Amino acid sequence: MDFSQQISQYILSGLATGAIYALIGLGFAIIYNSTGIINFAQGEFVMLGGMFGVYFHTVHNFNLAVALLLAILFAAVSGVLFERLAIRPLRRATPLGLVIITIGGSILVRGLAMLVWGKDTHALPTFSGDEPLSLAGATLLPQHMWIFALTVLLIVLSKLFFQFTITGKALRACAVNQRAAGLVGIDVRRMVMFSFLLASGMGALAGIIIAPLTMTSYDVGIMLGLKGFCAAIIGGMSNGLGTVLGGLILGVLEALGAGLISSGYKDAVTFIILLLILFLRPQGLFSRGESERV
Amino acid sequence: MEMLKVKHINTYYGQVHALKNVSLHLNQGEIVTLIGANGAGKTTILNSLSAVTPIRSGEILFEGNPIHALSPEKIVDLGISQVPEGRQVFKPLTVEDNLELGAYLRYRRREGRARIRASLDEIYRLFPRLLERRRQLAGTLSGGEQQMLAIGRALMARPKLLLLDEPSMGLAPLVVQEIFSVIATLTRELGTTVLLVEQNAKAALKLADRGYVLETGKVIIEESAGDLLENREVQRAYLGKEKKEIWER
Repeated sequence: MDFSQQISQYILSGLATGAIYALIGLGFAIIYNSTGIINFAQGEFVMLGGMFGVYFHTVHNFNLAVALLLAILFAAVSGVLFERLAIRPLRRATPLGLVIITIGGSILVRGLAMLVWGKDTHALPTFSGDEPLSLAGATLLPQHMWIFALTVLLIVLSKLFFQFTITGKALRACAVNQRAAGLVGIDVRRMVMFSFLLASGMGALAGIIIAPLTMTSYDVGIMLGLKGFCAAIIGGMSNGLGTVLGGLILGVLEALGAGLISSGYKDAVTFIILLLILFLRPQGLFSRGESERV
Repeated sequence: MEMLKVKHINTYYGQVHALKNVSLHLNQGEIVTLIGANGAGKTTILNSLSAVTPIRSGEILFEGNPIHALSPEKIVDLGISQVPEGRQVFKPLTVEDNLELGAYLRYRRREGRARIRASLDEIYRLFPRLLERRRQLAGTLSGGEQQMLAIGRALMARPKLLLLDEPSMGLAPLVVQEIFSVIATLTRELGTTVLLVEQNAKAALKLADRGYVLETGKVIIEESAGDLLENREVQRAYLGKEKKEIWER
């Protein structure tokens, strides 16, 4: 395999993991934008997606598609429960307090998952076989294609949702100005709950589509969550394209770093990028200073 | 017909007693203004009516029914919309999105799109400048246009009672005139009842039928707007006339 083939291999597989990070990052952004909370439990819903998927498919022998839909549903409901039990009672807490609550909540969810499903690593079958495809000199699995397709589909759907439906617009309104949103009759608390539902569902989907490639276990949420957080930070916590690009950039850099330097540095690459962004461009790579008139 | 009746309400911000035994009423189709210095409790009255700042005691009756224990959404649903101080439009959303969100509860009630569309056209007729700018982000509008948008957004809920908080704040006199003339049109054409809070007491009293003067959380005077304009105490304290001018007339 010559060097250019190697590079295109890294880039393509990097894009696939990046797509996963983008989905997780969008979950961070959705919750942050409607509540101002950085939900560090986001990674746990990614884990729950994968684990529920395994549970329904291998333990209950549901057909794969059904198992996956059930897994997303259960993870999303867990997200709503999490909001009801951990966040809503404390809405008057400081932002820092809420962030710490989400960290505490994530430890709890992880612990429960370990108690219920054990410490083993589980795998989901790939969605459509393991016959490798070759693309631009690189070799990809059909599962990579699923990742690309489902990510693009979800991003398009969420864009349409936020741009064109009244509920999507109401969520954006809550993000900008909760007081004014309340005054036009939007039930802000319901919208907060809804944003947790969307974010955990999206995270769960990410956890499910990556599980066939990387396996899943009770503790995959920490790292995936942090990667998603990093994607959202690169994208300036935007609800849309910024975070998606952030995830893709992160995935590619990580793959290049792992391939060209050493795979031991894979995670280090992420955190170096995170630190650089936080030091040099805390508003994210793509956000312009907003110009507005008063 | 009496539309709104506020009976002896008391509102607190923590320990601060912001409204002290305030009573007032509004008749159907009236424009009533609240005047008073900063911190007199004008905005607090509006927020108590909108259930944003709950009252601690007293009663608020709207069309005969108590509403002081309801949620802010329910208040809007019943037909009381507030245009908050400082406009508070949704800046990163387009003008049209802002207006549509004003009709949020009507979408929720599954009211037909055609009827909501008709209200939208109505707003554009009242404020043609919003029509020109309907695809623009609200944050790029001028202050006056943002005020028009905030009023339009509140009207999209088709309120029976419109609460306006300082609509003239920070605007050029010509723009203020334009906005006040639209408020007059509203009551005339749509029959909307208006409760207007204003620093600009003179303009407010010229527009209103009646007025209440507030001082440190209490209603101290209630009179017709014409009488208030002639009231010496009011002239001195809120209309910026010197003692000399008043007494030497």
